[in-house]
Amino acid sequence: MIPRLPLIFFIPLILSCFLCLYRVFRGPTSADRIVAVDILGILVVGFCALFVVYTPRKYFMDIAIAWTLLGFIGALTLAKYLEGKRFDE
Amino acid sequence: MSETVVFVGKVIVLIGVLFDLLGCIGLVRLPDVYNRLQASTKCVTLGTCLILFGVFLMSGFLWKSLLAIVFVALSGPTAAHAISHAAHKAGVKLWEKSVVDKYQEDKKKVKES
Amino acid sequence: MKKLVLFLVSFTAWLVLTWTIYYPALLIGILISIIIGFWFGDLFTQRPRHFFQIKRLLYLLYYIPIFLYYCTLANLDVAYRVLHPYLPIEPGIVKVKTTLKSEVARVALANSITLTPGTMSVALTDDGYIYVHCIKVYSADLKEATQRIVSRFEPILREVFE
Repeated sequence: MIPRLPLIFFIPLILSCFLCLYRVFRGPTSADRIVAVDILGILVVGFCALFVVYTPRKYFMDIAIAWTLLGFIGALTLAKYLEGKRFDE
Repeated sequence: MSETVVFVGKVIVLIGVLFDLLGCIGLVRLPDVYNRLQASTKCVTLGTCLILFGVFLMSGFLWKSLLAIVFVALSGPTAAHAISHAAHKAGVKLWEKSVVDKYQEDKKKVKES
Repeated sequence: MKKLVLFLVSFTAWLVLTWTIYYPALLIGILISIIIGFWFGDLFTQRPRHFFQIKRLLYLLYYIPIFLYYCTLANLDVAYRVLHPYLPIEPGIVKVKTTLKSEVARVALANSITLTPGTMSVALTDDGYIYVHCIKVYSADLKEATQRIVSRFEPILREVFE
């Protein structure tokens, strides 16, 4: 049996998501926005992991693993774009 | 026994969530791209690893979460390295109070020679 | 040999992901792992014998607690600097030299540098220099910076990866 998690545990994560969104809005350069989007991707993995315990559905962990790998590939693509290279280099 | 394990898992999840919050405060407060990347990557990677480990303890040893820990711990620093390298190549300046920039000096030397 | 290593790694990942001993699932896993091993085996590793040496695995196990200790220290350091009202930082990029030869070891060193207190690797060059962004620069000199940043991890990583 999986124990329920109190809702309080989500509040710091939601706050940190809003801080990331603030950086996406206000970032002076595009590199700041890319950093904030990358960090937001890792935060979503934490959300998925907490949903495994909050709702007793274990497939959220699969979503978390897939999200990790997709976020990594997305960050690499954005870095290539920032560098001004073509994608096959 | 299982009550104790669940309690330890809750404490670990709480510590991880607070580290995530600290990393994002660093993302807002620090002055330039490299410092922001440094603070947020460290704190958010360790915080998410702690959340996953706490979930591993709370959910009755779901072994997938250990695999997710391996992926997060490998991909977080690599993505940070790629973004910082690209930002320096694209010409993003350091903070004006920075002390030294050896990489810029070496790039200039290569261009002159 | 290379293909065998990739087969073992991917089959272990399959076992952890499905977490059952129901045998059609095992059969599908073996089939997919064989296909992956044949296609991508040459890309995964160059020196497959290293995976079967017990000494390297023991050194890897010895490396993990040290790494976790420095990682926790790094987080407390960042927390102190972020919550301090005057932001006590003096950022800068310094240059350090590593004597590790193989690529995997250098990548592992760069990732370890990124997760340890106050440092983040920015660029790797082919002749063994790493440019490190420090949140507080203690010395910009090549030798002192190498002594401070690299020398904690280098001997253990040499035993593990070379």
